Formats: sequence, C-alpha cells, structure tokens
Amino acid sequence: MSDMSTAMQQQVHDAIGSRTPLHICGGNSKNFLGHAPQGEVLPASMHSGIIEYDPRELVLTARAGTPLAEIEAALSKAGQMLTFEPPHFGAHATLGGTIACGLSGPRRPYAGAARDAMLGCKLLNGRAELLRFGGQVMKNVAGYDVSRLMVGAYGTLGVLLECSLKVLPRPAASLTLIHECAQEEAIGRMSQLLSQPVPVDAACYHTGHVYIRLAGSEQAVKQAHANLGGAVIENAAPFWQSLREQQLPFFHSGKPLYRVLVKPATAPLAIPGAWLLDWGGAQRWLASDAPVADIRKGVAAAGGHVTCWRGHAPAAEIFEPLPAPLFKLHQRLKLSFDPHGIFNRGRMYPHL
Amino acid sequence: MTVAAPAIERRTPTQEALCNGLLALLPGGAVLTDPEDLRPFECDALAVYRRLPLVVVLPETIAQVQAIMRLCHELQVPVVARGAGTGLSGGALPLRDGVLLSLAKFTRILHIDAPNALATVQPGVRNLAISEAAAAHGMYYAPDPSSQIACTIGGNVAENSGGVHCLKYGLTVHNILMLKVVTMEGELLSIGAETLDAPGYDLLALLTGSEGMLGIIVEVTVKLLARPQRAQVILAAFDDVVKAGEAVGAIIAAGIIPAGLEMMDKLAIQAAEDFVHAGYPRDAAAILLCELDGSNAEVSEYIVAVRHLLTHNGATEVRTAVDEAERQLFWKGRKSAFPAVGRISPDYYCMDGTIPRHRLPQVLRQISLWSGEYGLAVANVFHAGDGNLHPLILFDANRPGELARTEEFGRRILQLCVEVGGTITGEHGVGMEKIDQMCIQFQSGELAQFHALKAAFDPDGLLNPGKAVPTLHRCAEFGAMHVHHGQLSHPELERF
Ligand SMILES: Cc1cc2nc3c(=O)[nH]c(=O)nc-3n(C[C@H](O)[C@H](O)[C@H](O)COP(=O)(O)OP(=O)(O)OC[C@H]3O[C@@H](n4cnc5c(N)ncnc54)[C@H](O)[C@@H]3O)c2cc1C
Repeated sequence: MSDMSTAMQQQVHDAIGSRTPLHICGGNSKNFLGHAPQGEVLPASMHSGIIEYDPRELVLTARAGTPLAEIEAALSKAGQMLTFEPPHFGAHATLGGTIACGLSGPRRPYAGAARDAMLGCKLLNGRAELLRFGGQVMKNVAGYDVSRLMVGAYGTLGVLLECSLKVLPRPAASLTLIHECAQEEAIGRMSQLLSQPVPVDAACYHTGHVYIRLAGSEQAVKQAHANLGGAVIENAAPFWQSLREQQLPFFHSGKPLYRVLVKPATAPLAIPGAWLLDWGGAQRWLASDAPVADIRKGVAAAGGHVTCWRGHAPAAEIFEPLPAPLFKLHQRLKLSFDPHGIFNRGRMYPHL
Repeated sequence: MTVAAPAIERRTPTQEALCNGLLALLPGGAVLTDPEDLRPFECDALAVYRRLPLVVVLPETIAQVQAIMRLCHELQVPVVARGAGTGLSGGALPLRDGVLLSLAKFTRILHIDAPNALATVQPGVRNLAISEAAAAHGMYYAPDPSSQIACTIGGNVAENSGGVHCLKYGLTVHNILMLKVVTMEGELLSIGAETLDAPGYDLLALLTGSEGMLGIIVEVTVKLLARPQRAQVILAAFDDVVKAGEAVGAIIAAGIIPAGLEMMDKLAIQAAEDFVHAGYPRDAAAILLCELDGSNAEVSEYIVAVRHLLTHNGATEVRTAVDEAERQLFWKGRKSAFPAVGRISPDYYCMDGTIPRHRLPQVLRQISLWSGEYGLAVANVFHAGDGNLHPLILFDANRPGELARTEEFGRRILQLCVEVGGTITGEHGVGMEKIDQMCIQFQSGELAQFHALKAAFDPDGLLNPGKAVPTLHRCAEFGAMHVHHGQLSHPELERF
C-alpha cells in the first residue's frame, strides 16, 4: 500500500524536460505483447493498494500497481469477481497492465470485456498533469469517455494511476458440458447458443471437443443442462484456468502463435496450422508456420483481424494495420494526450 | 415546404454560398430555410432552450452527408446533428448561423445477423424498431430508454443512453460493435468492428456519449441478445423512501442482479397511476419495481429470494405481476412517468444525476428539504440499481421567476451529486444544459484534455460547438459566482 504518484509525476515531468521516452512497467508479465518496449523504465508496480471497495456498490477502486491477485482475492472474499476474467500471464500482473493491454478471458463474449467494466481512472498525461476521468458510479456521461479509451491503449496515452471497475457477484453455480465433434459443428453449436436464452459464460473448441460452461443460479444451470444435454466434466475449473492463462499445451507448441478475431459464426478458416477457438468462436488462436502476410490476407477475407502474439518472426506490424485516415486520427489523439511522444513509444504501432 | 427561401433576409455571402451549395447537393425538399419549416427543429425535449438554425438539411445517403460536411468545412459553418430530438439536455439545439443535420431519413434496418448476434442499422432507426425486427429471431437490443418508441439509435449512441434494464445488460456503450462516422472534413471512418475487439484505440467508446461533437454517426452495428425465456416483475411498496433505498442495497448484497430495479416516490406514483392506471398503490411513499429474467426455474428461484428480501427490509406490500399483461402494465407506469408528471404540472424539469447507491437517503432528504425551501414540488424517479436519479422539478414557466428558481434548485441537486462522489449526468448528457456544472465536476486540466481530444477530430471546432465541454473562460466566470467548498475552482485562471 503506497502512493507513489508524486514520484511518478516527477519522473514524467523530468522525461518531458529531457525528451526521454518512458517505458511504463507494471509487473512485467505482458512485456511479450506488442513491439519491444523502449525507453527509460517508469516503475508502476510500487504504486499499489486497494483504495475503496464496498461490495454493495459493485465498484472497486485500486491503484494501478496493485497485483491482480490481490484484487481477485479481495473480491473473492466478498463472493464477487472481475466480470472479464482477465488473464494474468504471470504472478506479478498488475491492475494497470491488465487494463492497458485490455485483455479479457473466456467470459468476455457473455459478460463483457475489460473496457466494459471500466468506470473511471486517474492518470498522468504527457504534460505531467494528474487528471481524473469517469468516476465510481455505474452511469456517467459527463465529458468524453477517456477511461475506456485507456483500455487497450498499451500505455501510449498516459500513465494509469488508479482505476475504478464494476464488479459482480460470482455465479452461484457453474457446470461444464463437453461434446466431441468437428470444428465446423462446434462453431455452429456455439453460435446457436447466442440466440438461445441459455446461461452460457464460456465456450471453446479444443482438440476435437467443444466445451460449454454454464453459470448462474443453481436452477438456471440445472435447467440449461437438462435442455442442452451432454456429458458433464467434473471439476472443469482447472481447464478454464489453463485456457485463460494460456497454459494448455496448445499454446506452447513451439510454433508462432496468432490471435485471430472473426465473427463467431465464421466457418473454419483454411489457413494451415493448429486452431483453438475461444469466445464461442469469436477469438481463435492459430499456431502456424505460415507467413504473416498470408495469415492476415486469409483472415481479412473473412472480415477479421490478426495480432502476432508470440514466437513470430520480427514483424513490421504486430497489431492489425489501420487504414490511413484512421491511423492519422490515432496519431492526433496520441499527440493530444502525449504531445512529446514519451509514453510507450512504438509499443502498439510504429510511429505512434 | 419551401425550398427556396425568399423570406430570409440579410444573409451573409457565406450563408448565401452555403444555401446554394446545399441546394445543389441535395434533392428538392431536403433543404429547409423557411422559418415555418425550421420551427420543428428549434429545440429538443428540453424546450426551455429554443433557437432557429440557418438551414435544416435532410440527407438520405452517406455520400450526401459527406458532401454536406465537406461544404460546411470549406465554408467553416458549424453543424449540429439531430436524431429524433428527444434529448433532454439541449444537445441538438441548433445554432443560428449553422446547419442542422437531421438523420431522420436514415430509417433502414440494413441487416440482421442472428448467427453472429448483431444487426446493422441506419442511425435514424428508432430504438424499439431494432428489437421489433430482431424478434423474429428470438432476439432483441437490450438498452431500452423510456423514450424508445421515438428516440433514434444514432441519438442513443451520441448520448450513451441507458434504460430500465441497464443494471444487468449495460448501457449503449456495452451493446454496440461498430459505427460508421463522417468526420467534419467529410471523411468516412469505420470505428470498432463486427468482431468483439477492434484493432487500435477504443474509439467506439470515445464516440459513444460524444454528443455529436466528434463526428456524424451514419451507421450503427448493435449486439443482439437472446430474449430470456421468462421475465417477471415484482412491485414492492414502502412507507418510507429510505427503506426502499435500503432494500435495493440488500438485493444486490445478496448476489442478485435484477434485470431492472427502479424506484418511484409518492408524487411520481400518483401521477403515473392517474395517467395509465398501472395498479400502483397510491398511498405508498415509494415503490420498487424489480424485474427478474432468465429461465423459468431461475426466475422462480429469484422471485422467492427477492420477495423475502423485500419483506425483510420493510416492504408494506409485495406483489408479483400475475401475467405478462400486468408486467407490461407495471412497466408502462414507470416508462410513462415523465409524461405523467407533465400532466399534473404546467412544466417540469428533469434532472439526471448519479450517486453511489449508499448516498441515496442523504440525497433524497436534502432534495426534499430544498423542495420546501424553493416551494417547488419534486417527483422522484430513479434507476435505483444504478444510483441514477431523475428528480422532476414541477414548475410553471408562466409565473415570473419560477424557471430561474427551478434552474437554481436543479443546479444545487447536481452539485450535491458531485459532492457525494457522483456525477452531473448519468445518461441524458451535458448538452447546453449542464455546461456550467461541468466546471464543478472537472478541473481545468481535464477540460483542457477534452478540448485537445476534440481538436484531434475537429480542429476547427465546427461540430456542435458550445455544447458538452465548457471553455476554461466560461468556467472561470462560473467559478467566480460559485465558490465550491470555500475554494474558488480554477484558481489559476484570471477573473473577469
Ligand atoms: C420522455 C422521455 C424519456 C426518456 N427516457 C430516457 C431514458 O430512459 N434513458 C435515457 O438514456 N434517455 C432518455 N431520454 C433522453 C433521450 O431520449 C435520449 O438521450 C436519446 O438517446 C436521444 O435520442 P434522439 O434520437 O432523440 O437524439 P437527439 O435528441 O436528436 O440528439 C441527442 C444528441 O445526439 C446528437 N446526435 C443525434 N444523432 C446523431 C448522429 N447520428 N450522429 C451524431 N450525433 C448525433 C445530437 O447532436 C445531440 O447532441 C428520454 C427522453 C424523453 C423525452
């Protein structure tokens, strides 16, 4: 528990003076994402501690350096959880890093993403100003939604100091169904669930099986199971945990790993490699030796986009390149927050 | 309808060029300049602010919108977008020297894609029309503002509108995937994606709630949800508003997130009851409407739990709607609360603060004290689950000084919302109305950041100028009048 904001503000101030690029660094668990960090390290993990949490308000406010594990433990004690089930990717993951990378776990299509839980933040912009946006209430439309803009911006717009998140009760019951089938059938099944009133909170396809996790009240889960039928996996939590944390053997095949986003009902993509489908088919992982350009082309043809995740050859663009007018807007936005371009330079896109 | 405008006098050469340019771009009937034709566009649902625009345009294609924007950019003429004009903060209030761009002709549902749970629609489509079209697939669009039969999806995005079901299903920002937006320079951008995440910054979030300040929304892709198997509503009566507020906290503390959790106080109950005969208990000090949805068995399970919690927390009466017709009727009372209050008072002023839920008793007590002090009755309608208050101040604009008193009362309520850790607007937006209250909620650093962000989209400040974010000078003037916590806000700015 300590407030390091003054020291952090000073470091940003000095960096502006000397035009030194800064690498905002939380728990170091997600350094592998995006382009290699450059610049002087701005340590963010010491700025830590839960500031306010009243389970009745369904809101938690914590300093950005607070370990994700500490936050989840506090929520768990009150029977609550982070709605978006974020992956940690390491024991030292911080709240700030999680929000900056905007990553969400298996529940994302059914319970919302990191950005959906974001209610407000305190940040340092590239003028070393300490600013507050949003708040600690569920509904707030005063001013532009800068807090959500920070989610997934990879720290390129400012240094997150505090975040307020919406939290929810843990479902009272959960049950996982498993069914053996081909990928095409799995996609059909998972997509059909979207237009049926079934309490699904995760669905994936892995090694020839579709896994469907039901969650809700005892009765809701029981009735959904009765309607859907199928085999139940006892103690499925470790499976979902290793999917969330990318600890399944699939993720460590030694081949380059790509994150592919498509519409969930998209038919199996004819790109050579091994596939694992999460998010009910909306987020697909591809382990493949195919050239990045071919992968992007194949995915774009299906209306999707690609992130080079791990183990890929050095690529000019790690995230999907943006159309020129949109990229120009990104550059202008970046400058509006960080006029000297000191924060996490080039981490997301070169020249941003 | 007049196309040419002989009645308009003293146009500047720029205005002349603008009107001629617009007439060349658009078909006859899509450019209005006659004051009689402009009249319907002079205000939104906050009718205390009225102004005629220079010209109204009613394009029907994206290409026409782009051409209008290019022309306005070239001539440096400001543009105000308008959906259905049901906004409650003066967001669509026209500018005397500007163009009012109505999206009223963009009314097509472009496609419904049930396997991917999405629908793509034009911005002028009414909120309810989306759910009606999706019903064939057993799906619906979740955010349901009370104005849903009239308001447009474009307006919903621009305001980040909520509804009585947003406690469980979220606001507009949680329920859209992609926008097509025309910039002030006439460029067409795709924001977000049909996929769940989009590459780049989350501009979708930024555009949502941007009140027509960043771009013109010309297409919206929304998420669709499966209609729950069953929805059931419980009505609970209380002899004390504070007890009703505590019951709300108790339900949430029990780990139950109702689909909707709404509260009305005595005056609102009586007005609604007289208007739609919803079967509300007229003598109650407050009622809660608690909707539970899901599978049959789940709803039954929750009804038992919630009824118990309500009784335990002092409800004097707990009723479950006997059938779908009664459920609809219970909601009709709530959704008609504003017009119902409109029937019992010549005018009413709708406030929209949000507060941390546990502050509800304190805030209600203070509003009631002020109501006595100002001699103005207040009917309270809340999205109680979200802590979003809608105090409706009853007044008569024809009585000298009453509007001014009402506005002052309203400002104090909003200031109180900020003081207890909340916000000046939960869902109706800042618009013209709460521009000064922005100075209470934000310091100059944040406001300057907002302006910088706006300039990244619209460097010349031609999109809906004067709304949503006050200038620092305006705040300095405002701050000189309103000393907050014994401190001047924005002390670094010179006073004048
Ligand atoms: C009786 C009543 C009940 C209401 N209940 C609710 C409620 O429950 N919840 C709630 O959130 N609101 C409610 N409202 C407020 C209002 O209905 C919403 O704000 C609604 O979203 C406005 O939509 P509109 O189409 O009428 O927009 P308008 O009023 O026409 O415009 C609103 C703002 O959006 C901008 N805008 C409109 N269309 C576009 C576009 N295509 N591109 C860019 N900018 C655009 C305008 O410039 C303006 O700033 C209520 C209003 C009334 C009168």
